Amino acid sequence: MTFWILAPLMVAAALGLLFVRKAVHAAMLLAVVMISLAVLYALLEAPFLFAVQIIVYTGAILMLFLFVLMLVGVDASDSVVETIRGQRLMATVVGLLFGAVLVIGIGQVGLGTAVGLEEANAGGNVDRLADILFSRYVFAFEATSALLITAALGAMVLAHRERVSAKPTQASLAAQRLRDYAEHGKPLGPLPAPGVYARHNAVDTPALLPDGTIAESSVSRVLAARGTVRSAPALADDIHEVRRQLGDDVSMPATAGKDGAAANTTEDVTTPDGSHTDGEDSK
Amino acid sequence: MTQYIVLSAILFTIGCVGVLTRRNAIVVFMCVELMLNASNLALVTFARQHGNLDGQVAAFFVRVVAAAEVVIGLAIIMTIFRTRRSASVDDASLLKY
Repeated sequence: MTFWILAPLMVAAALGLLFVRKAVHAAMLLAVVMISLAVLYALLEAPFLFAVQIIVYTGAILMLFLFVLMLVGVDASDSVVETIRGQRLMATVVGLLFGAVLVIGIGQVGLGTAVGLEEANAGGNVDRLADILFSRYVFAFEATSALLITAALGAMVLAHRERVSAKPTQASLAAQRLRDYAEHGKPLGPLPAPGVYARHNAVDTPALLPDGTIAESSVSRVLAARGTVRSAPALADDIHEVRRQLGDDVSMPATAGKDGAAANTTEDVTTPDGSHTDGEDSK
Repeated sequence: MTQYIVLSAILFTIGCVGVLTRRNAIVVFMCVELMLNASNLALVTFARQHGNLDGQVAAFFVRVVAAAEVVIGLAIIMTIFRTRRSASVDDASLLKY
C-alpha cells in the first residue's frame, strides 16, 4: 500500500526534475525522491540503508548541491535554446524506447515469490551487513576508503586557488588610499552618511549637498542599481504632505505654531532649488 | 517484487532523459544521482528477492561511490563556473580557456 502511494509521487517528482526551470526546485524534487526511496528501503527490509539514505543523501549530498547552487547563483536557470537541433525530441524518443524495453523486459521475467530477508537479517540487519562487509567485501571496503581519500584530496585541489598577488596589508591599503587621493582626488575620509530628514533616515535616502543636489556617494551602489533610492524632491515635498495632514487635524496650523511654541518643533528642509522652507509641526 | 523493479526502471529512464536534455550542469548531476538511486533500488529489491544481503552491500558501495563522485563533480562545476561564469554544459566546449 505504501508503495502505491509513494511510487506515483516519486515518478511525478522525477518527471518534475526534467521540466522545472530553476535548479533549486530540481533539488527540492530530488529530495522528495530520495526520502520516498528511503521509505521504500524500509519496506524492503533494509533498515540500515533507510537510515543511510536519509543521512547521506538528503542530509549531505543534497545540502552539497544546494551549497553549490547558492555559490553559482540561485537564478542560474536553464536556457531554452537548443544547441543541437532536435536534441530534446531525439532524447525523449530514445528515453521512451529505452524505458519501454526495460519495462517490457522486466514484465516478461517472472521473479517468482520473494524469499524475504527474515533469515538473512537474523540478529539484526546492521550486524549481518557488517559481517559480510568485513569478510567477503573487505578489500572492496578498503578500496572505498582509498577512493574517499582521493575524492577529498581532489576536492581540495580543485577548490584551491593560488594567490597570484601578495595579500594586502593595512600599510599597503593606506598607501593605496593616499595614492588614489594624490592621483584622482578620491576623498581620504569615509563616504558621506545617508540623509537624515524628519520622516526618513533609512539608507535609501540620499544626503543633500549645500547646493541642493544629491550626494551620489551617500547611498549604496547596489540600491542605486536596483532603483530603490528615494528622490530628494520627493522628500522635500513631504513637508507639504505633513502640512496638509496637519491642516485636516488642526484648524489653523499657522497660528497654532505661534500660540503653542513650546509644544512645536521646527524643522528645516532644503528643497532642491536651494530655497529654504520652514515647516511647523505640532506634536 | 516486480513493481519495485519497474519503478526502478522508470526512475532510471527519467534520469537518463534528464542527463540528455538538461543544460544546467548541476541539474545534469542531479539526474545522474537519480539514476544511481534507481539502480540502488533494484539492488535492494533483488537482495530481498533472493534472501541474502549482498545486494544491500552493493547498494552501500554504490552510495559511497556516488558521494565521492558528487564531491569531485561539484568541485569541477565550481572551478568551471569560476573561470567562465556559467554552469551550462554547452559553454564548456573547450578543454582550455
